[in-house]
Amino acid sequence: MLKKSLESFGRYCIFMWKCMSVPDKWREFFRRYVQELLRLGIDSIPLVLIVSVFIGAVCTIQMKLNITSPLLPKYAIGMTTREIILLEFSSSILCLILAGKVGSSIASEIGTMRVTEQIDALEIMGVNSANFLVFPKIAAFVSYIPVLVVFCMVTSLFGGYLICIVTGMVSVDVYIYGLQTMFTPWYVWYAIIKSLIFAFIISSVSSFFGYYVEGGALQVGTASTRAVVTSSILILLMDVVCTKVMLQ
Amino acid sequence: MIEVKNISKSFDGKTILHSVSAQFKDGLTNLIIGQSGSGKTVLMKSLVGLHTPDQGEILYDGRDLLKMNNSQKKELRKEIGMLFQGSALFDSETVLGNVMFPLKMFSDMSYEEQLERAHFCIKRVNLVGADDKYPSEISGGMQKRVAIARAIALNPKYLFCDEPNSGLDPKTSILIDELLVDITHEYGITTVINTHDMNSVLGIGENIVFLNKGHLAWTGNKDQVYDSDNETLNDFVFANDLFKKVKKYVNLTNDK
Repeated sequence: MLKKSLESFGRYCIFMWKCMSVPDKWREFFRRYVQELLRLGIDSIPLVLIVSVFIGAVCTIQMKLNITSPLLPKYAIGMTTREIILLEFSSSILCLILAGKVGSSIASEIGTMRVTEQIDALEIMGVNSANFLVFPKIAAFVSYIPVLVVFCMVTSLFGGYLICIVTGMVSVDVYIYGLQTMFTPWYVWYAIIKSLIFAFIISSVSSFFGYYVEGGALQVGTASTRAVVTSSILILLMDVVCTKVMLQ
Repeated sequence: MIEVKNISKSFDGKTILHSVSAQFKDGLTNLIIGQSGSGKTVLMKSLVGLHTPDQGEILYDGRDLLKMNNSQKKELRKEIGMLFQGSALFDSETVLGNVMFPLKMFSDMSYEEQLERAHFCIKRVNLVGADDKYPSEISGGMQKRVAIARAIALNPKYLFCDEPNSGLDPKTSILIDELLVDITHEYGITTVINTHDMNSVLGIGENIVFLNKGHLAWTGNKDQVYDSDNETLNDFVFANDLFKKVKKYVNLTNDK
């Protein structure tokens, strides 16, 4: 088990080394970068919007239901909702969700290219296939993730705001006051930095599993599942490390 | 000319190729034939550098592939075109995009020149009008032709085709064979075709390398196949009744 894990890690490092070389044609790289930005980044906005609005609303309801002590002010609802969103939801949980969408998409796309010999075709032409296929994906997803994170923060807090208007369980003014109280700007940066690491994990690990698929459609599906599971575990692991290092 | 000398290749202790030596000549359609599991694909993948043989030499006009560094290999690969069994077209690109791909990556041509060359190749394989179609929108035979157009876009010196007729109806197979022969002769390419299609063997085999259980069992051309007394070759090529009758007829005609 340990030997196998070390071997996989070694292969991953060699794969990354291959990926991170200078592209053969920058023009082609930028063309693919823009394509991936659209596919992996902009196409994820609807999912992020839906998840964020609902989770923001649910967080606000939960805070209202659970903060029952008369010693705590009502604005604590907005404040705690904001802290949950900024510290964990907008980075870790969002990236776990994106690992499912983006990770499986990358692994199955590259895996299918492998089993249909498209990667062999690139190699025979003399193209560094890992660099050509994977580097634009990693670059696009890592560079776009801050946008998704900030968008997630805004829409989640807006979800809480909407639930205040719809249900009237907390006054909107108190909610907004809570959002502004004891705000620590560093938490926004903390979420963005964490998400950059998670985005790298999702895109590179999924590409790795897709790139080394052997077999047919069944194996592509298996690789896609393994990519999502491994990315999720690594995200959770790195979340612990980042929280310890950056918040303590 | 491509020459292989004493190539051996094993996987997990099982030897697939046993010290195979052969020559693939310029301007001819060179066929690698043999039963399934005889080592054809391993030999072809070794020739193009997708497998590294355990021993031996692969000489491209005297240049040993196995002794080349990465940049030399990269240069050599610009001289190679390959047609894969499943065509291996890029799903995200149109027909035109697929044919233009090697030009964009490896030529110094302007966009207009690339376009002109791509259109020439598409016309050469009789696919005019299919430029904007995606691989999933065209038939298997058309996909093969697009793959041929992509393979010849950079004017390769060496063209490799892995089972070009697989999955095609007999008529389309013949069209693909004829196209490969025409292109080979027209541009003086060294074409290496991996096949177990007997129509191809007897129709376009200008130089045939027959593998049996990883060993080189016979070499010759399509005419010599009829006269060969190699039992394994005869069992393989004339396996069905129709081909047996053809052989009988050809031999009778030759005797007369």
